[in-house]
Amino acid sequence: MVEAIRRRAAVFLWGVRAYGFIAGMWVRSTLAYRTSFLIMATGNLLTTFLDFVGIMIMFSHVETLGGFTLAEVAFLYGTSSTAFGLADLFLGTFDRIGTRIRDGTLDTLLVRPVPVLAQVAADRFALRRLGRVAQGGAVLVWSLLRLDIEWTAGRVLLTAAMLVSGGVIFGCVFVLGGAFQFWAQDASEVQNAFTYGGTTLLQYPPTLFARELVRGVVFVVPLAFVNWLPALRVLGREDPLGLPGWVDLASPAVALVCCALAGLAWRRGLRAYRSTGS
Amino acid sequence: MRLLLLYSTVLRGGFRRYATYRVATVAGVFTNTVFGFILAYTFQALWSERPRLGGYDEAQALTFVWIGQAMLATVALMGGGFEEEFQQRIRTGDVAVDLYRPIDLQLWWLASDLGRAGFHLLGRGVAPMAVGAFAFDLALPSEPSVWAAFAVSVLLAVLVSFAVRYLFALCAFWLLDSHGVSTLSTLLGVFFSGMLLPLTVFPGSFGEAVQQLPWAAMLQVPADVLLGAREGGDVVAGWGFQLGWAAVLFAVGRAVQALAVRRVVVQGG
Repeated sequence: MVEAIRRRAAVFLWGVRAYGFIAGMWVRSTLAYRTSFLIMATGNLLTTFLDFVGIMIMFSHVETLGGFTLAEVAFLYGTSSTAFGLADLFLGTFDRIGTRIRDGTLDTLLVRPVPVLAQVAADRFALRRLGRVAQGGAVLVWSLLRLDIEWTAGRVLLTAAMLVSGGVIFGCVFVLGGAFQFWAQDASEVQNAFTYGGTTLLQYPPTLFARELVRGVVFVVPLAFVNWLPALRVLGREDPLGLPGWVDLASPAVALVCCALAGLAWRRGLRAYRSTGS
Repeated sequence: MRLLLLYSTVLRGGFRRYATYRVATVAGVFTNTVFGFILAYTFQALWSERPRLGGYDEAQALTFVWIGQAMLATVALMGGGFEEEFQQRIRTGDVAVDLYRPIDLQLWWLASDLGRAGFHLLGRGVAPMAVGAFAFDLALPSEPSVWAAFAVSVLLAVLVSFAVRYLFALCAFWLLDSHGVSTLSTLLGVFFSGMLLPLTVFPGSFGEAVQQLPWAAMLQVPADVLLGAREGGDVVAGWGFQLGWAAVLFAVGRAVQALAVRRVVVQGG
C-alpha cells in the first residue's frame, strides 16, 4: 500500500519535472525571436484589456448591472479571468490533441518515458499567455482598491483559495475536453463553450441569468465554484439559488473531485486511442 | 474565362472541404449558441435598465447578439479561416511553390475563403439564429428585400474580413511564429466589430471613430441593415463603406505581399 502510493507520487513528480523541461524548451525557442516575442506579449496584454473596456462602456450607461456595481463586477471579472488565465497558461494548448489524434502523431508521445498528460499539456507552451493572467490580476487589484470590504483573514484566505481552485477547475475542463476528443476528434470547439464561454459567464453577476442556467453551472458543470459562490460570500451577498452557506467554502473540495474525474476520463480516453490506420 | 472557372472550382472546393467535417460543425453551432445565451442575458439586463440604448430597443439588441453569433464563423472573427494554413505554408516555405503557380496568390485564397464562408453561413449561421429566435423575442424583418440587402452586406463583410486576415497572415513572413498575431487579430476583431457590444453604444467621439474602422464593416453594418437601423440610402452608403475598405485593404495586401516576397528567404534550403 505504502509502496504503491510512493510509486504513484514518484510518477507524478516526474510528470511535473518533465512538464518543466518541455515548457522550458518551448520558452527558449520562443525567446530565440526576442523582438517578436516582446511585441506580441505587449500587444496581447494591451488588447486583452479591450475585453474589460466593454464592461466599462456598459457601466458608462448604467449605475448597476443586475444589482452589482462596477467594482463588484470587476471583482468577478478579475477572479474569473485570473483563474482561467492560470489554466490557459499551463494547459491552454490541450485542444491541439484533436489534431494529434487525427493524424496519429500522438504515437510519438506514447513511446517516450514521460506521462502523456504532461507532454500534451506542455506541448507548445506559450509564455505570452501570461498576458491574460496579468490582465485578470490587474483588474482584480483595481477592484480590491475600489471595493469597501473589511479584509479579515478568512476573506483573504477565501479569495486566494478561490483563484487556485478556480484555476484547477478550469484546468480539469481542459483535460476533460481533451479526453473527449479521443472519441469525437473534430469536436474541439465544444470545449470553447465551457472554457471561454465559462470565463465570460462568470465575469457577470449570476443575477443576470436564468435560474436554470445558474443551476446548471452549480450542479452539472461546477463552474459556479470557480468564483461565483465564494465571491458572493466575499462581497457579502446572497446567492440567487439560496444554497446553504457552507457551499461557498466548498471550492477546493470541488476542485479535487474534478481532478479525480478528469484523471479517470483521461485514462479511459487514452486507452481508447487506436492510432491511424495508414 | 478559364481563370474564372479555376477560381470557381477553388471556391467550391473550399465549401466542400468545410462541409466534410460535420461533427466540427455541430460543435461550432453548440459553442455559438452557448455564447449567444450568455450575451443575450447580459444585453437583456443592460437594455432593461436603459431602453433605447444605442438606438436599439430590447428586441433589436437581442437580435444583434444572435446576428453576431450567426456571422461569427462566416466572417471568421475568431480565426478558423484560410489564414492558419496560409501562415503554415509561409513558415514551412511551401508558399514558394504557390508563388510559382500561374495564379494570383491573393485571389486563390480569396476564392477558397469565400467557399468556406458560404458553408459557414449555412452550416453555422442558420441553427444558432433559429435557437435564438425560439428562446427570445427577436426583431427579424419579414420583407425579402431587407434580407437581400443583408445578404449583399454579408458578402461585402466577408471581403473586408478576408482582406484584414490576409494582412495579418502576411506578418508570418517576418515573425515566423504567428500565433501571437492571430490572438491579436481576434481580440481586435471581437472588440471593434461590435461582437462584444454594438458600436453605437460606445461613448462620444470614440464611438464615432470606431464606426469608421474596417472591423465595423464586418458585423455592425450588416447587422444594422437587417435590423432596419439602416434604410434606403443608408443601406447603399453602408455597402459603399464596406466596398471602400475592401478595395483599400486588398490594395495594401498586394503591396505588402510584393514587399514580403522580395525580401524573404525561404527557410529549409
